[in-house]
Amino acid sequence: MAQAQDQAQAAVRGAPLARRRRALSDEALKRLFLWPTLTLLIVFNIFPLLYSLFLSFTEYSAINSSQPPRWIGLQNYSDLLSDPRTWSYFRITGFYVAASVLLETLVGFGLALLLRRKFWGSGLITTLILVPMMLSPVVVGLFWKLIYNPTYGIFNYLLGFPVGRGPDWLGTPTLAFWSVVIVDVWMWAPYVMLLCLAGLSAIPDYLYEAAEIDRAGSFYTFLRITLPMVAPLLLIAVLFRTIEAFKTFDLVMGLTGGGPGESTNMVAVSLYRTAFSEWQTGRASALAYIVLVLIIGVSNIYVKYLNQIKAG
Amino acid sequence: MPKVENVTRARALTGVRVVVATTLCIIFLIPVLWMALTAFKPREAIISVPPRFFFTPSLEGFVGLLTQRSTLTRTQMEKYQQRTDLNWMDRIALQRGLAIIGPSQYVSRLTNSVIIAFFSTALAVTLGVLAAYAFSRFRVRGTADWQFFILSTRMLPPVVVTIPIFLMYRAVGLFDTHLGMILLYTCFNLSLSVWLLKGFMDEIPREYEEAALVDGYSRWQAFTLIVLPQAITGIAATIVFCLIFAWNEYAFALMLTSDTARTAPPSIPTVIGTAGVEWSAIAAGSLLFLIPVVIVTFALRNYLLRGITFGALRQ
Repeated sequence: MAQAQDQAQAAVRGAPLARRRRALSDEALKRLFLWPTLTLLIVFNIFPLLYSLFLSFTEYSAINSSQPPRWIGLQNYSDLLSDPRTWSYFRITGFYVAASVLLETLVGFGLALLLRRKFWGSGLITTLILVPMMLSPVVVGLFWKLIYNPTYGIFNYLLGFPVGRGPDWLGTPTLAFWSVVIVDVWMWAPYVMLLCLAGLSAIPDYLYEAAEIDRAGSFYTFLRITLPMVAPLLLIAVLFRTIEAFKTFDLVMGLTGGGPGESTNMVAVSLYRTAFSEWQTGRASALAYIVLVLIIGVSNIYVKYLNQIKAG
Repeated sequence: MPKVENVTRARALTGVRVVVATTLCIIFLIPVLWMALTAFKPREAIISVPPRFFFTPSLEGFVGLLTQRSTLTRTQMEKYQQRTDLNWMDRIALQRGLAIIGPSQYVSRLTNSVIIAFFSTALAVTLGVLAAYAFSRFRVRGTADWQFFILSTRMLPPVVVTIPIFLMYRAVGLFDTHLGMILLYTCFNLSLSVWLLKGFMDEIPREYEEAALVDGYSRWQAFTLIVLPQAITGIAATIVFCLIFAWNEYAFALMLTSDTARTAPPSIPTVIGTAGVEWSAIAAGSLLFLIPVVIVTFALRNYLLRGITFGALRQ
């Protein structure tokens, strides 16, 4: 009897303890769940970034590892910024980003407008158009090389050039640049389309009905209803594509390798060359840091908008 | 009769839209179709001028891709032709006066791709599920900052991170190893998997778990028995996205592997053909490489939007 009472009392006393233990275990579980991910990301991102920040102030070549990094202060940065070639990489990349993002927006938005109202087979068409986006850019670049081939490629043939008279798309500097843009648009206009479709489907019908009652013209309706309602998602698409186009590497490597001459030598490609074929590790790290600062700036805006859309 | 006129006009517009959309869709698919066609062309048909659309299909490209061959001398050839133990690959090679001497490098690289994509996805999704649950259900100090950090890791250009990782890997012996690539792709995919899965988990009502906790389940039991089964579609979609990214990845593989652990994307341009460019082999390689992705795109079509916006938008 007394024993049972003791037990009951112990149970009562034990109860808050047990709850505390569970609260503690929540805390422990949270740590257990989070730390592997965070550790991994820190080890693979923060540490390398700090290390390459250090390297960017040194003269160092990874291939000659017996020679330790030699501190040279801001030399790499000043060399890079005074080198006209650096500016030309950034100029090419800038043109490339502007041209491809603009075209992708136009084509993608156009496709979305075409496909916004469902018709028989529209689902299939939408999915088929999305296929290029999922493919590996380097493989895409490679088989477009065949398509662009001046003698037996299908591109000139479909454009109607007589055999052998068509332009050599990848062999001529200006055309090579636009060839890369065309492939990029082919791959990524579907991305813009997908986001625009999401935006368009969210526009309530009553807005259009109201516009019709007010006898608003179709252009006016587009300008005042469609465009503003799609704008937030379009912005997401443009920001994301800007970041990605700025990083373009795989596609160029598959298609032109940066040539002919320097005509498609984007920042990422030249960075790769500086780091892994010229083995100027210190200089490459400095260039990487310049790129990094630019990208982080744009991705900050992007993530902010993404969160806003998530919340709204 | 303005109304009837409107209806006919609307119908005509729909018709125009359907035609234009279908045409554009076909134009969009030409490159992929052309590649698929090229993969089955015999060598002469590929470099024919003007481009040939009809030809006798041949598996020459696939044989060229998957095997290593050596040229036969005339006497060897005659001996070879009398053999009866030749399989279809040998016979295709024989038509060009070649004998198959073994599988090509591409086979081992495709295997590497499969191994690395599989393990990195398993890791990224497992870790992602745990972290996403923690972010979704617990109060984490600096949640927004952590999430920004996690996503920003994906925004960095691979080339930028690779230089120090290359040095790090070389120092610890992870350069050109499967483990090194698996860890790297895990990191690369973690950001996507955490963001996507957090979105999926946020949609599961907390009440279920709370009821389970009241009933005496532990937090771990509530997580495994209640939340995980509910999140299974989301987890499946995340798995597929991670698989695609790991499968397609090129830049890291190019810079951090040389042979043992090299995956398919960086080898498709280089592995094939010693004498000139063998387009049918390249096309065959691309085709083999792209088919899984195309199938998966169809399976995923309802989740694509979610995947590409890191879970911010759902259809």
